Amino acid sequence: MHLVVCAKQIPDPETPPAAFRIDAAKNEVIPAQGIAPVLSPFDAQAAEAALRIKEQSGDGKVTVISLGKESAQAAIKQVLAMGADEGVLLSADEFQGGDSYTTAHALAAAVKKLGDVDAVFCGRQAADWDMGQVGLGIAEELGWPSAIIAKDVKADGGGFIVQRVLADGFETVKMAGPAVITVSNELGDPRYPKLQQIMQAARKTVTTWTPADLGLQASELGAAGSRLKLEKLFQPPAGGDVQIMEGDTPAEQAKALAQALRDAKLI
Amino acid sequence: MAQDILVVGEVAGGAVTMTTTELLGLATQLADGGKTNAVLLGSGATGQAGAAFAAGADRVLASDDAAYDQYRSDHWLAAVEAALDQASPAVVLIAQSMVGRDLGPRLAFRRGTAAAMDCVRVEQSAEGLRATRSAYGGNAQATYSFKTSPAVITVRAKSQDPIAERAGATGETVALPAAGAARTEITGREAAVSTGLQIQDAPIVVSGGRGLGAPEGFRVVEELAAAFGTDKAAVGSSRAACDLGWYPPSQQVGLTGKVVTPDLYIAVAISGASQHMAGCSGAKTIVAINRDREANIFKAARFGIVGDYKAVVPELIKAIKELP
Repeated sequence: MHLVVCAKQIPDPETPPAAFRIDAAKNEVIPAQGIAPVLSPFDAQAAEAALRIKEQSGDGKVTVISLGKESAQAAIKQVLAMGADEGVLLSADEFQGGDSYTTAHALAAAVKKLGDVDAVFCGRQAADWDMGQVGLGIAEELGWPSAIIAKDVKADGGGFIVQRVLADGFETVKMAGPAVITVSNELGDPRYPKLQQIMQAARKTVTTWTPADLGLQASELGAAGSRLKLEKLFQPPAGGDVQIMEGDTPAEQAKALAQALRDAKLI
Repeated sequence: MAQDILVVGEVAGGAVTMTTTELLGLATQLADGGKTNAVLLGSGATGQAGAAFAAGADRVLASDDAAYDQYRSDHWLAAVEAALDQASPAVVLIAQSMVGRDLGPRLAFRRGTAAAMDCVRVEQSAEGLRATRSAYGGNAQATYSFKTSPAVITVRAKSQDPIAERAGATGETVALPAAGAARTEITGREAAVSTGLQIQDAPIVVSGGRGLGAPEGFRVVEELAAAFGTDKAAVGSSRAACDLGWYPPSQQVGLTGKVVTPDLYIAVAISGASQHMAGCSGAKTIVAINRDREANIFKAARFGIVGDYKAVVPELIKAIKELP
């Protein structure tokens, strides 16, 4: 079984809100000093889901693909260290400045080039833009079925049985492969690579593909091919001034809070 | 500028959902004299046409086929495409629900257009259509324009206002085809064990986070909610606490969980990560109880207590019960 994991490198979502800055002229986030970018956490869970199936099937192969700058090699290496077999980086100026559409378009072309893929695993959404579109876009481009927001995935013959998280419960979905599956945090913690695996992954060669390798034109990629235009990126205004309850003991503070809530007619 | 709008509605428990009426309210604004179309799918959908007209729809495209009751991409996508072919809207509005998260991107990619997901503000300005949504876990907001048509927009629940009900309003009803084949099969469904007041409907939500230190901490949080009355207050959880298995995922408040908009939101031992705030920042009043005065939650809170919840919350329960 050949499984593909799509991995995105993003600014660390645990960056303290106080360190979060926007370059208004460029409509870009200014990287926080001293905080390295990370593999989007949901993508690590997507990798975990794929690796569990690789182990279950016994003879599986996992390829990790990332679209990004040269620095995205680090995200690819992390998934290789977790146990993926091969890494592919889609990197060229033409890929930059795109949207969900151009990203899915390029990733789908890479999956087609790999040829023998049984499933594509993505995070439920990238933890930077939180759109949650790319996995479904790949499915549309390839004409594959999909199941999103998975908390458990099992191989079932050539197909998959996916447990999905719903607003008020869970649903089990069965579908034939090849298919696209997006994975949610409910899957559980991704495995932590051992030092030896990290060293092995560091020595692995990551293949770089350009638009020409994928048979794609610059006009269908990046800013040129995007269908959404980011007009403005800004920080929402900060909330109100908090009133901290006075009191020498928890009992006094609690009484003050109860009274404040009553005065505000909230209780 | 008059333009036609298509709303993909949802029917639950024999009625159009509240979010559907919110989408219709937004649609009538954006239509600006154009036609507002609503798609309704599943058992009893046609019977809900009146409710859609009252909420602002001019035309309802519906199918009562029970195969639509449980959302499946292939079924719904075909029906909405059929509606799109008839209505040729400039904008498609879908709730950011379990339906919209799947249907929005699928529809946009199928029609070669763009989707903006989980939008909280949608407006027709002089420069064109603008959709604003939260990004970077709530640290930023992003406003988009659309290069392609129709614009597909999924909209966050409770971010829009319904119109005043147009009692007795009528309109045209068009039948949509029954569901065809689907490549996915739903083999099981399991409801989360959450009885009583739903967290999205509760006027008061009391939530606990990782700072509780142990799953037992939620007993104290539940007691606080009970002190307000089980018909008024529901219990929520941060994603961190859900991921640790301390509380059911159905009660998760945040970007990837529920978005709640109660009158009063009490965050107990929650630091206020941006992704959590994305789920509760619509609350009218936020109260924070946290040991760390520097915790982000205090920036969004109106009232706060700096202290250990183990000491504070039992006293707060007592104080609430003693209020005259």
